[in-house]
Amino acid sequence: MIRVHKPGLATTVQDQGRFGYYEIGMPPAGAMDHFASPVGNDLVGNPRTAAVLEATYIGPELEFTESRLVALTGADVPAKVNGESVPPWEALLVRSGDVLSFDYLTSGARIYIAVSGGIDVPEYLGSRSTYTLTGIGGFQGRKLQEGDDLPLGADPGSGRSGVRLPDADVPTYPSVAELRIIVGLCSYRLAEESRKRFLETEWRVTPDADRVGYRYRGGTLEFVDREQPFGAGSNPANVVDLGYPLGSIQVPGGVEPIVLLNDAVTGGGYATIGTVISVDRDRLAQTKTGDRTRFVAVELADALQARREGKARLERIRQSLRC
Amino acid sequence: MPGDLLAGVAGWTEGSMSSMELQLPPSRYDYGGDEFVFVELDQAMSLRVNLKAMAITQQLRTEHLPGVLEICPSNASYMIRIDPDLIHPDDLIAELRRIEAEVGDLSEDFVLPTRVVDVPVLYDDPWTHETLLRFRDRHQDPEATDLEYAARVNGYSSVGAFIEAHSGAPYLVTMVGFVPGLPWCFQMVPQERQIEVPKYVRPRTDTPERAVGHGGAFAVIYPVRGAGGYQLFGIAPAPIFDPQQRLPDFAESIVFPKPGDIFRYRATDRDEYDRVRAEVDAGTFRYRARPVQFHPARFLADPDAVNRELLEVLYS
Repeated sequence: MIRVHKPGLATTVQDQGRFGYYEIGMPPAGAMDHFASPVGNDLVGNPRTAAVLEATYIGPELEFTESRLVALTGADVPAKVNGESVPPWEALLVRSGDVLSFDYLTSGARIYIAVSGGIDVPEYLGSRSTYTLTGIGGFQGRKLQEGDDLPLGADPGSGRSGVRLPDADVPTYPSVAELRIIVGLCSYRLAEESRKRFLETEWRVTPDADRVGYRYRGGTLEFVDREQPFGAGSNPANVVDLGYPLGSIQVPGGVEPIVLLNDAVTGGGYATIGTVISVDRDRLAQTKTGDRTRFVAVELADALQARREGKARLERIRQSLRC
Repeated sequence: MPGDLLAGVAGWTEGSMSSMELQLPPSRYDYGGDEFVFVELDQAMSLRVNLKAMAITQQLRTEHLPGVLEICPSNASYMIRIDPDLIHPDDLIAELRRIEAEVGDLSEDFVLPTRVVDVPVLYDDPWTHETLLRFRDRHQDPEATDLEYAARVNGYSSVGAFIEAHSGAPYLVTMVGFVPGLPWCFQMVPQERQIEVPKYVRPRTDTPERAVGHGGAFAVIYPVRGAGGYQLFGIAPAPIFDPQQRLPDFAESIVFPKPGDIFRYRATDRDEYDRVRAEVDAGTFRYRARPVQFHPARFLADPDAVNRELLEVLYS
């Protein structure tokens, strides 16, 4: 069991997500960083389907009541067990009574805490991921609170303490993120000049940046004038309500681009202008308020190639950590 | 105009199957990143375009193509989530074009097997009233209530007459989403009789659970408490989202509405509202629902007659 001494800012139980319910309006939830979270499970010898803790901005303080392997991945953050510094991206043996704590993070945004056996909350619709909007999944459908006792899976896994990810594979999170996007969907609604400006602008992550979506500021975009089609509503940023792909970008009011993420609404009436490619959602998940972001247009073939490379890299890491 | 509900009627009555198709612009196929394909059938809302989206997505569902993970019909478009390792987006688009050519041109004998459902609504209720008063600074008309404003901009002489129109003709559920179970409901009346209202100038940060709202040409029920920008008209006593699946109507799914459902918002009073709430609390509530074979061509030719028949089936 894990006892929560301090919950951090927004710490939730997440696995790879709850798929198959987009059509009823339920987003997948799940770990935002699809690199750090599975590698954490690899390090402690868990299957990648095991649930981990995702801590945003501020890490929790956790006490273990039994011996387990723990791996800390994702954001760069000084971590301690019983006050002694411990390395990230490495399987660490903790014993009953040990307390894990964090200082302020130095780069990145999300810390993943993988524990051998996994966080053993009940599955809801096939997943342990927390979806806080409707209070389902995870630990009682909410972020962690002081005093929570988190159950751990009985399966100790196949990990060994001291196994670590080679430095060459450890990601870095510079404060300017380049996110590749495929322009499209309803991008015809933006004036041509604004389509260019969107890609040329260095946007800043606003304080409204969480698992639902990231809002940015940094410029103004204009929509093409038109007589609004029936049912679209009167605002030029509006279209007849449609589905929002995961990672899609909308610009309500022309001033605040929003990228929709794992806990987002699945549809609505704002014109979408493009979609962040799947591998770069990991990079996005490690940006925080105040960080700068550029959106770079790529072709579908580039996105598919990047996806293949990402998968191959994760597979190579899994194989190497198994030995 | 392309979105006119009845623009195809001449074609229908003459028996020309292509007229409906000719009214809609060519579909636009696009990528939503590497994991989604998005298809815009029309920029304007109409029952015709929604039925076309449903016909295509229904057919796609029966084909079980490898790599097709989720199929999401929307109002005038649809979206597919894919595993691009199993199906290249361009290959899927080729399949979707084929399906559109096969079934998108709805034949005159096309029938949608669905259900018609009685959805009680307490209009002008104390809970949404309290909420909308808290957010007058975000509204187009801070001096009026949402119902008074909507009645006025839609040309109704009184709130009562407006509620009568809103709760008279049934609605087609044309999309489900935003949050789990939220139904977009498009009233089954000619376009000139459709209620259209803008959304709030700035969205509210609060909306009661089960509130009935209206934005653009769509009526919705909010499944859970939260932010929202639609005009608030009332509240439904029965849930549309039941994550614990307590009620018998939710045995198969945690949400009640399905695209293609026909909902009738029936104005009710406080007594019935309280009675339904008690049934919900006791776990015994069931929606009144009847199976129907909905025939779009007949509907487009004479919507009022078909709506009367639907309500007869529902309340017989």
